[in-house]
Amino acid sequence: MNLIEVKNLTKTFTDGDKETRVLKNIDFVAKEGEWIAIMGRSGAGKSTLMYQMSLLDDPTSGEIHLFGKDVHNMSADEKTDFRLSELGYVFQDYALLPDLTALENVAVPLMMKGKYKSEAYLEAKAALERVGLGHRLGNLPSQLSGGEQQRTSIARALAHKPKILFADEPTANLDNESSRSIMKLFQEVHKQGQSIIMVTHEEEYSRLCGRIVHLDDGKIISDHVTKR
Amino acid sequence: MPQFIRLGFFLAIRQVRRASKWTTGLIIFVMTLTFLNLVVVSGILVGLIQGAVEANKQYYTSDIIVSTLEKKNYIEQSPRIIDIIRAMPEVSALSARYLSSGRVEAGYKTAAKEEDIDSAGAPFVGIDPVAEDNLTGISDFVIDGEFLEPNDYDEILLGSYLLTEYFPVETASFPTLDNIGVGDKVRITIGDIQREMTVKGIVRSKVDELSYRVYFTENQLRELIGRDDYNVGEISARLVPGSDPVAFKEALLRAGIGEYARVQTFEDAQPKFLQDIKDTFALLGNMISSVGLVVASITIFIVIFINAITRRKFIGILKGIGVSGRTIEASYVFQSFFYAACGSFIGLLILYGFLEPFISAHPINFPFSDGILVAPVDSTVIKILILVVTTIIAGYIPARMIVRRNTLDSILGRN
Repeated sequence: MNLIEVKNLTKTFTDGDKETRVLKNIDFVAKEGEWIAIMGRSGAGKSTLMYQMSLLDDPTSGEIHLFGKDVHNMSADEKTDFRLSELGYVFQDYALLPDLTALENVAVPLMMKGKYKSEAYLEAKAALERVGLGHRLGNLPSQLSGGEQQRTSIARALAHKPKILFADEPTANLDNESSRSIMKLFQEVHKQGQSIIMVTHEEEYSRLCGRIVHLDDGKIISDHVTKR
Repeated sequence: MPQFIRLGFFLAIRQVRRASKWTTGLIIFVMTLTFLNLVVVSGILVGLIQGAVEANKQYYTSDIIVSTLEKKNYIEQSPRIIDIIRAMPEVSALSARYLSSGRVEAGYKTAAKEEDIDSAGAPFVGIDPVAEDNLTGISDFVIDGEFLEPNDYDEILLGSYLLTEYFPVETASFPTLDNIGVGDKVRITIGDIQREMTVKGIVRSKVDELSYRVYFTENQLRELIGRDDYNVGEISARLVPGSDPVAFKEALLRAGIGEYARVQTFEDAQPKFLQDIKDTFALLGNMISSVGLVVASITIFIVIFINAITRRKFIGILKGIGVSGRTIEASYVFQSFFYAACGSFIGLLILYGFLEPFISAHPINFPFSDGILVAPVDSTVIKILILVVTTIIAGYIPARMIVRRNTLDSILGRN
């Protein structure tokens, strides 16, 4: 089953009279259970492509189908709701809420899905234990290391069981050891059937993925399955 | 409870709890001042007049005042009326006053000509000193000399407005007496009767009625004006606490007293201009308070706007992970409510725990009244509601402005 189907996708940024086409007629398909690395040099459009596919931004033209549904006509509220129910995000800078503890950060999307606080806390605790942070539940983000913050972010992204996990350079701000442990975590969740689309610069980590898509100058220049 | 309310509340609580305590304290301080501005400014302005009204009641009319009908100099059937009033269980104190008018003269022994005599017209009132003092506490207003005793004879109290020393504004229509003090002799004239009296004391009060009068013992004034029928000019009665003056007045009218006298509650007897001034001051107070309310609204707007702008990235993250816009808006509305509620609560404590009892015990010394703070609970509750609603709106608008921005732009900090 196609999780994502992108057709003729274009994204143009306008600054005054100046127009910059960041994505140029992209066609792309992601299937259920895949772990895809999107690679390319800076400015190639890889993060922009991920933002369009994950409904964080609107394309200039083209079509995006998520789980067979055309998202073009969705309202902002519908997209927010869709992100909550189907998608998970791991950001480069962790994007944790500074006023909330690790447990509360993970519990927020669960509560938004309608769970009561006690139930959300239980599930959030389980998610944090799964990423090895069972002893850091009550810590604020400022009290966690970079690796721990990223693990918290992954726990938050996975706690509500999304169909696709989007990760935007999840190891960019981490040291080698933390990076390896994060990638190990990705491997584990992928083994359990989680579909992942990950933007990365790191060749080493891209080889862990089943498929690598290379972008350059807003176009896909290669798309191949790896030999894992 | 809707999900967006629950989660909005959850986020608001965390944000307030982990916000800078100084910032939170400052916002609550502003809200407290706004609340006090709303309630106290108008409360003092109204209290300025209310103080005069209450003093008029306490020291002159009491709860009920029975006075002469138009074109009558006395209340017919006074002894019977006094007996009826005194027999009513609601009455806790009563004073009947003989009224007349006349002239007080000074310097009459040394004046070469009649027109050189220092003279002032005044209402004369004959009182039972014990009953009057029990009812109104008038002896507290004797600022010089002594209060009257029941058996005093040829001794009077002069209202301070009759003396130049205390009221140095002499006009042709309102002359005052020079160089008269306690122990001095004055001559009083009632109709054809003249009599020399000694000034036993000076009465000064912010209730003008008391400061204009000349006080005699009831026996002597009755004798001077020839009221052998014991018909008085004024009866004031205090009711036991909890009694309704209006109901009492109705009872007196049903007893037929209205045929012989005018029966009024203290509110009926209150001069109309006082009520007009009170209404005017209340309006003025509300106008001044409204300015404070607008300032507070703008303050909250700015605070929430800056808060939302600086937290724009986190608002974007919340939206990014699927938290709805109205949940985020609700969290800011709850924060605004928290500030308004805390400010109002502290304001209430200051108002009813300190300001109102303190000012009640130590009235503000205005020239024409002892000003109190009028802050009835019902109007205070309305002002709290106004403050809370205004604050919530002032908090909601900037939150909505930020929430409506593009999610990714918020996360990445793009304009």
